[in-house]
Formats: sequence, structure tokens, C-alpha cells
Amino acid sequence: MIAIKNVSKWYGEFKVLAGCTTQIEKGEVVVVCGPSGSGKSTLIKCVNGLEPFQEGEILVDGISVGGRKTDLPKLRSRVGMVFQHFELFPHMKVLENLTLAQVKVLGRTPEAAIEKGLRLLERVDLSAHKDKFPGNLSGGQQQRVAIARALCMDPIAMLFDEPTSALDPEMINEVLDVMVELAQEGMTMMVVTHEMGFARKVAHRVIFMDSGRIVEDAPKEEFFGTPRSERAQLFLSKILQH
Amino acid sequence: MFTGFDFDVIARSLPYLSQGMLFSLGLTVLSMIGGIVLGTVLALMRLAPFRVLHLPASGYVNLLRSTPLILVIFWFYFLVPLAMKRLSGDAYATGIGPFYSALIAFTLFEAAYYCEIIRAGIQSVPRGQVHAAFALGLTYGQAMRRVILPQAFRNMVPILLTQGIILFQDTSLVYVVGLTDFMGAASKIAQRDGRLVEMYLFAALIYFILCFLASYVVKRLQLRYSVGR
Amino acid sequence: MDFSVFFQPAFSGGGTYLDWVLSGIQWTLLVSILGWVIAFTVGSVLGVLRTTQRVVLRAPATLYVEVFRNVPLLVQMFIWYFVLPEIVPRALGDWMKTQMPMPEFWNAVLCLGFYTASRVAEQVRSGIQSIPRGQTYAGLAMGLTQPQVYRHVLLPMGYRIIIPPLTSEFLTIFKNSSVALTIGVLELTAQARQISEYTFRTFEVFTVATVVYVLITLTVTVAMRALEGKVRVPGYLGPAGR
Repeated sequence: MIAIKNVSKWYGEFKVLAGCTTQIEKGEVVVVCGPSGSGKSTLIKCVNGLEPFQEGEILVDGISVGGRKTDLPKLRSRVGMVFQHFELFPHMKVLENLTLAQVKVLGRTPEAAIEKGLRLLERVDLSAHKDKFPGNLSGGQQQRVAIARALCMDPIAMLFDEPTSALDPEMINEVLDVMVELAQEGMTMMVVTHEMGFARKVAHRVIFMDSGRIVEDAPKEEFFGTPRSERAQLFLSKILQH
Repeated sequence: MFTGFDFDVIARSLPYLSQGMLFSLGLTVLSMIGGIVLGTVLALMRLAPFRVLHLPASGYVNLLRSTPLILVIFWFYFLVPLAMKRLSGDAYATGIGPFYSALIAFTLFEAAYYCEIIRAGIQSVPRGQVHAAFALGLTYGQAMRRVILPQAFRNMVPILLTQGIILFQDTSLVYVVGLTDFMGAASKIAQRDGRLVEMYLFAALIYFILCFLASYVVKRLQLRYSVGR
Repeated sequence: MDFSVFFQPAFSGGGTYLDWVLSGIQWTLLVSILGWVIAFTVGSVLGVLRTTQRVVLRAPATLYVEVFRNVPLLVQMFIWYFVLPEIVPRALGDWMKTQMPMPEFWNAVLCLGFYTASRVAEQVRSGIQSIPRGQTYAGLAMGLTQPQVYRHVLLPMGYRIIIPPLTSEFLTIFKNSSVALTIGVLELTAQARQISEYTFRTFEVFTVATVVYVLITLTVTVAMRALEGKVRVPGYLGPAGR
């Protein structure tokens, strides 16, 4: 489904990604972790072309993200993305946030888009809030709306960029619950997160990044059992103390 | 497009134009200084907790900021001679000359704009600084002079200078009362020699170069200041 | 003070001096509002161009802003009125000199509009740039094209953010419209001076003109505040702690 081949990226002189290679199969849930500044957020933004990269290749459903002839908006509309800071559009009501791209990108009728939007709001348990502005919702609610907004597009895969790290602790679980459910339904997911509980529960594989490199890429059991690299061991011991 | 252009007219009139430029620059610098001083007083008045101080200051500032500069210039050309006659008691007093009338008009006009800049600058200094100064036993005046104003002005230098560039452009409006600033000089030659195209384009070019360079310097200054903080 | 001067028959034209004042107000409003239409339209386009990634779009917009911002309005007024007819193609120049209807008026409108556009452009640019990058990412990630992101995400928020500085530019255009008197537009300030020259009631005449400008300022300020309240977005700076 997603193939990352030898991807490197520079900001000027600074190398943020160094020859990253990995693959995500259909229905697979892959968690990406690592210390801040390790390049994990950059990598996930490369997958749908939000960040350009200079070397290597990324294929999503067989289509090259960096390709000259690739219709990026079309490709992106098939891949859902959820951001650290939710990024709901503050001037639109919740339901409008959900219908905008359905109408403008997929060309659905407003009625169909509203119906779909309401169904997904129901699913994240926020139907009552459909006419509110994002600014009137809690962080956890906003993030659930953001997930519903991405699901409205019937994505073939979902990208999560630290979806819980801007949330107050008591709101993390309501968001994780939605994500767990999604994973159990067989959604293809690439998740940048430090939530190791989530990884243990639903991930198939865990990728550990450091200084722009993929240091470890192993099945979940193996990763939590005996991480091979020292960096990953150190990182895990720090994370799991909390 | 430049056929029939007479560039010589510019060369011939350079001494006259430079005199005009000196007038413009002098008017700019002096009314900037006057405007900042008076603007500071107005800002302190606007921030004062007493009505007798902040009401007149607010009224003055809002009035001048609502009025076009040209009308203000006309006002002062009318009022200054009247005031001079009243002050000197001489019905035939001719006033203080065009330069000083312009200077007074610009100083009083710009003070209203400087007041708002300075007020925002003072308000941008954290409240904690005032409290700390009072806690040390400084009086209001000491706290303002030694603690608040120095910090406020440091933050404001770029925006005060930017306002100065705007002021420099605005001085061209003394044209409406027939003074010979840079633009006045250019337009007098333009009309005398029938060389409007050359003179006005030349004037535009000179203003552009000066203002562009000045705002570039201000931008550099701004970067330095923001790093230093 | 003697305001009866306004009811005296005017030196010419058949009406009273009050009619002169009213006619002046009318021209002031016409020049300013038409100028604003140009300023807002052209300024918005320029402001958007200045935020794009492409140098070929950004550079001309930057050049425009620098040129129009660094030449005094009076000089620009003279260039529109005296210089432009001489340096444009012959036929157009002749038309401007002999057949153009109300050349003073239209040149003043164009001059004021294109001058103010550079200032509007700067506001629009800063409004757009103050929106977090994540909003653009979110728009692109759902498949919107770059223009759609501007249309649905960046501009609606950007305009809301810059209502206060835009208000002050709008007020400035009314005041700046007095510069049109230098090319012969009989707007309010010009009428005030003219009446004072005929009647020597300078104090009364200037007072009335000043009061009218103050009233314009008050009206615009109140109207813009109402607009600001109407389009206010709840908590638009995003979730707390951002």
C-alpha cells in the first residue's frame, strides 16, 4: 500500500531524512516513534507530499508521490491525515469542516456530503456538536472531529501525526479509542506517536527513528521484547517510566 | 518612450532641487523630534488615571487622526498668523515665516500618530516591570523615566523610524501652500520649463531611492533588535 | 462664530455655500470608495501572490509594493495626471488629454486605488502568514488544490484577522482623498478652502469640514466593529495552549 524507498531530505545543509526505507501493507498498522527531531513527522508528511524530498521514492497504492505527472490533490484525497494540532478550520462549523472536501474535491452533492458527515460524526459520538465552531469544543472532541473529517473521504489509508501529543491527559483515551476501533476494522494506518500502550494493543510493526534514520523496523513483539539498538532501548526505558 | 526627453533640465536645476531637499529633510527631522517629544507627553497623559489628563489628550489625538494632513496644514496657515497677532499685539505681524508654520503644523500633526505608537510601546512593557520598580520604592516618575520608557523606546525604534519615513513622504504636501520643498522645487521647474514628465519622474525616483534605502536600514535594525532580545 | 455663511448664495453656480460643501462631501466619498474597490481587489491579489512559493509570482508583487509604498502620494498623483498621458502610446495619451471624461476624477480614483493597494497587500500578506502552517497542510492533505486552500481556508481567516488594520487603511483613504485637490478635484478640503477664500469665514468653514471628516471616521469605525463582531470566530487562535 505504502512503499518508502531510500528517501532522503535536506533543509539546506541539514539532513533531516537519511535513506529511509520501509513498507506498509494493506490492513497493516505501523507505529513510528523516536525522540523529537528524529524526522518522524517529516517522514509521514512526505508520504502524502506535504513535504518534498530530494532523493528516493515513495509509492502510495502504486503511484509515485514525488512523480512529475502525479496528481497530488487526487492522491491526497485518498489518504486521510490527522494532525497534532487538529487543524480544523476555525471559521467553519463542525459539519462544514466535514463536507468541504467531499464537495470540492470528490464532487459529491451537498446532501450526500452532509449525510456522510453526520454518519461519521455519529461514529465518533459527536452528533450533538455538528453546528458548533471548533473553538467551542475540547481538544479531544476536536481531534475526533478531525478523524471523522478524514474518514469522510473514504481513505485507503490513514496517517496520524502525533494525534494525542497536544491533548490534556484526560482526553487522550477518547481519541485513542477511536483509533483502536479503526485499526481493528482493518484500516491501513501509519501512526507517529509515543503512546506505547496503543502500539502494544493494535500495532503490527513498530519503527524507531533517530537522527533522520530508521534505526529499527520490527514486528511489535520483537520490538518490545528485545530492541536491538541501544538508542531504542534507552528511548523505551525513558518512555515507559511514565 | 524616452525620445524627446530632456535630461539636461535635471542637471541644470540640481542646485535648486538640493535646496528643496534640504528643506524637506530639515522639516522631517525637526518635526520628527518635536512629534516624538510631544507624542510622549500625550501618551503619558492618555495612560494617566486622571480624566483631566487623558480626556483632552484622547480628544486631541482622535481629532487629528481623523483629519487629512492637507486640511491640518490649511488650518495652521490660518491659525498661526492669528495667534502671532494675538501674542505680539501687533495687527500687522506677518507671522513666523512659512518654514516655521509648516514645522508647527507637522509637529502637532505627527504628535498624534507618535502618541499612539508610544502608547502601544509603553503598554507592551510587562506589568511586572512596573510592579518591580514600585517594589523598589521608585516613584511613578522615576519608574517611567528609568525603567518603562527606556524599554518601551528600545522596542519602538524601528516603528518610530518607519513613521519618520512616512513623515518624509508627507512633507511633500507643503506643496499645497506653495513652499519650496523638494517636490515644490521640482514642480516649479517643471512648470517654468514645461518639463513635467522629466521632473515628476525624477522626483519619484529620488523619493523611491531614499525611502527604499531607509526602510531597508530599518528592516536590518529590526532584525538586530529582535535577535538582541 | 457665524455659520449663516453657508446659507448665503454662492459666488457662482446658483446654489448656496452649503451646496458647495455637500458637493465636496460627495466627491470625497466617491473618490474614496471607488479607490477602495480598486485597492481591496488589487491589494488582495498582490497580497496572495506575495505568500506563494513561486518566485515568478512573488517577485513582481514585491516590486509593486516597494515602488508604490516608497513614492509619496502627491508625486504619484502628478504622475497619473500629468506624466502618464505623455508616456503611454500616442492614441491613448491623446484620448486621455482630450476625450477622457472627468480626467481629474478618474485619475484620482486610479491613483488612490493603486497606491492604497500596496498597503492592503501588506496587510493581506501578514494576515495569511499569521495562520499556522498546519492549516495549509490540513487543506492540502484532504485533496484541496493550492487555490482552493486560499479560497476556503486561508483567505476567510486571513481577512478576519486583519479587519482592524484594514479599517485603518480604509479610514486613511478618506483622508488621502484630499490629495486629489492638487490635480483639481473639488472634494471636501478643496471646497473648504475655496469657500474660505470667497467668504473669509475660514474658521467656520474649516470647522465644518473637520467635523465631516470626524463623522466619516466615526461611522466607518462603528460599522467595521459591527462587521468584526458579526464574523467573529469562537476561539479562533486554536486550542488553548497552542
